[in-house]
Amino acid sequence: MTKIDFLLAGVGGQGTILASDLLSSVGLSVGHDVKKSEVHGMAQRGGSVTSHVRWADKVYSPLIGRGEADFFLAFEKLEAVRHIEMLHPNGVVLVNDYAISPLSVSSGDDEYPDDERIKTVLAAATPNYYWVPGMRLAEELGNARVNNVVMLGSLSHFLSGVPLEAWLQAIPERVPPRFIELNRRAFLLGREAAGKL
Amino acid sequence: MKRLLSGNEAVAWGAWESGVRIAAAYPGTPSTEILETLAPMPDVYAEWTPNEKVALDVAVGAAYAGKRAMAVMKHVGLNVAADSFFYVSMTGTEAALVIVCADDPFMHSSQNEQDNRHYAKFARVPCLEPADSQEARDFVGVALDISEQFDTPVLLRLTTRISHSYGVVELKGTRPPQPTEKPTYHVDTAKYVMVPGNARRRHPVVEERVARLAEFAETFAHNRVELRDSSLGIVCNGVAYQYAREVFPNASILKLGMTYPIPTKLIRDFASQVERLIVIEELDPFIEEEIRQLGIPVEGKSIFPICGELDQRIVRERAIEAGLLPSSAHVPVVNTNKGPLPPRPPILCPGCPHRGVFHVTNKLKLVVNGDIGCYTLAFLPPLGALHTCGCMGASIGVAHGVAKAGVAQRNVAVIGDSTFFHTGMPALLNVAYNQGNTITIILDNRTTAMTGHQENPGTGRTLQGAETPAADFEALAHAMGIQRVHTVDSYNLKEVETALRDCLAANEPAVVVARRECALLPEVKKGWIPLRVDEERCNGCGLCFRVGCPALVKSDVLDAKTGKPKARIDPLLCTGCEICAQVCARQAILFRAQLSEAEGE
Repeated sequence: MTKIDFLLAGVGGQGTILASDLLSSVGLSVGHDVKKSEVHGMAQRGGSVTSHVRWADKVYSPLIGRGEADFFLAFEKLEAVRHIEMLHPNGVVLVNDYAISPLSVSSGDDEYPDDERIKTVLAAATPNYYWVPGMRLAEELGNARVNNVVMLGSLSHFLSGVPLEAWLQAIPERVPPRFIELNRRAFLLGREAAGKL
Repeated sequence: MKRLLSGNEAVAWGAWESGVRIAAAYPGTPSTEILETLAPMPDVYAEWTPNEKVALDVAVGAAYAGKRAMAVMKHVGLNVAADSFFYVSMTGTEAALVIVCADDPFMHSSQNEQDNRHYAKFARVPCLEPADSQEARDFVGVALDISEQFDTPVLLRLTTRISHSYGVVELKGTRPPQPTEKPTYHVDTAKYVMVPGNARRRHPVVEERVARLAEFAETFAHNRVELRDSSLGIVCNGVAYQYAREVFPNASILKLGMTYPIPTKLIRDFASQVERLIVIEELDPFIEEEIRQLGIPVEGKSIFPICGELDQRIVRERAIEAGLLPSSAHVPVVNTNKGPLPPRPPILCPGCPHRGVFHVTNKLKLVVNGDIGCYTLAFLPPLGALHTCGCMGASIGVAHGVAKAGVAQRNVAVIGDSTFFHTGMPALLNVAYNQGNTITIILDNRTTAMTGHQENPGTGRTLQGAETPAADFEALAHAMGIQRVHTVDSYNLKEVETALRDCLAANEPAVVVARRECALLPEVKKGWIPLRVDEERCNGCGLCFRVGCPALVKSDVLDAKTGKPKARIDPLLCTGCEICAQVCARQAILFRAQLSEAEGE
């Protein structure tokens, strides 16, 4: 029985929901049952956002249990550490090399963990962790906002059973026409980058 | 046709496809998207009402008039609408009435996690509980049919996890045609005038209706027995069914699509076919207690928690502890020795107009009785400027009570525009009527922001975006008998402070309307201009950080004298509201006008 659980985590406004929408569309298009569940905090922006996407022959729970995520796509480094226990011990985590300071950090009351500490935590959790320059690649495309789709492209590299066409066809379903080409390029850039990690 | 829909979207589709003609709601997470999805659909009328009680009365009226109707609210909204919920249970209706209410286990965005199935039993109203988006769509039609068959309102109870999870839904894409003739109003005073004499005759009718519904529940297709292994039988409802299937794939299951009234014979039969009977349900032991009253041995909350949401991990771990599963069923968890992490709570957005008002109440050392809305977040550090929050509309009454208790200092009530219309108005009237001296700040950001920018009676737009008269806060306050009414720009700290000082100096009720559009409204966003810190002038004193704006961050540059990091403004986040610029004692944050001067040079 096929079962693939994806956890996506980021900060409000980062495009976590769009990425999980695309992932859901792809799952459906390749013939899986799909459920998606979102947790968005009270404020419109700035809080932690997680999204659970599950592909299987038949999905029951809309949530992923702790220790069950096969893939964890983290759009922000601190959020990667925050939710790492959701990952299956053999799971794959892809971390966007991008930090957004919580208010308590910018006000000086807390410290943002340094990269070394983050990498230590991730490495202790799984041998399959990947540091993806998602934000840098998006900026190279001239639009930082597509870093979510760059990351999704990187994720696609690890799902060899899903044809590239399924991913590329999902983009026009979920993205306004004038941004389709940009998102397509972002996706392919991320996919290519993952091959070199 | 198949679509991936959230439970809320599916409810809207279900309502449309099964011929709901009138729907009314007050927005509230996690229920808001239902009316937003339904409103643009053809040949259906939907409206935002000032509060849930009005929404239910509107739906009742439509159902009295012979049209299928729906009222939508979050769980605590049913507290507000409870009076109407109880009378309409007594009267019944002419056409179907469904009340959709979304409970919020774990309190993702609520003040409590009350289990509204108790309301169903309390008011003798049948309760349906979908377990996924498909059922959310299907159960609306089922609820409407039950409503008409039994002359009863029906409670369709969702939870956050049903409302906000997406699943594949099979839709018809069509709906029954609207009858062409206008409805005529059917007068039936014995049924619809609930004076004691009539009500005494209606109560036995209601009790008899519940008995018939219980009989109906025995063969109701959505009370479903799935017989598998007989060693364990699970009774479950809603999303708990999904967790039960995931954790106990071989167990026998009785899935209750209707949790009030329960099918007693069906439960007895099921219990007799299994060795051990448990209930998996979120929140209260509602089904469990109903079963125990039948004298059937059953376990539930002795195994699974009352507080919070369930998921398959919690169900699995508690089941292992209770000996329902072997310890080998544990799901291994990765090694995580990560230490404490900085939290990332929801915060007032950059450019939020509430921030300036709270900066001033802090400066004046005011105790603030707060209310429900984005501004509730001002209780968090570094602002720490809001000191009570209980429910919608509580702020003004609480502040008035504090004053009447004889507290020397003047507490201030803070309430948003939409919340003021919801339940704040009677409380303000009370202040004026009973000669209180409470100062009420109405934070008028021209929208219902917390739930995602819904229109309200103050915005001058309907749910459909049509122009409509905007209610006038200042005139309302005057009409209630309050003379001292100020209108200020929330972004202008001096203006806010002057108004508040004037109110504090006078021993009489006062209203300050602090007006400024939410910074995230699309029209406002077009005018964002990020400000800039003049690094020469900034000495890293940190005063601006106390404003608590996420756009203000510590730079890597340390001040030579103080050794403290200078302030920097994140240009991707800053909207240019200028609150921090007004706070800075060294004029180191450039105002919009100064920016353009600097560019000009």
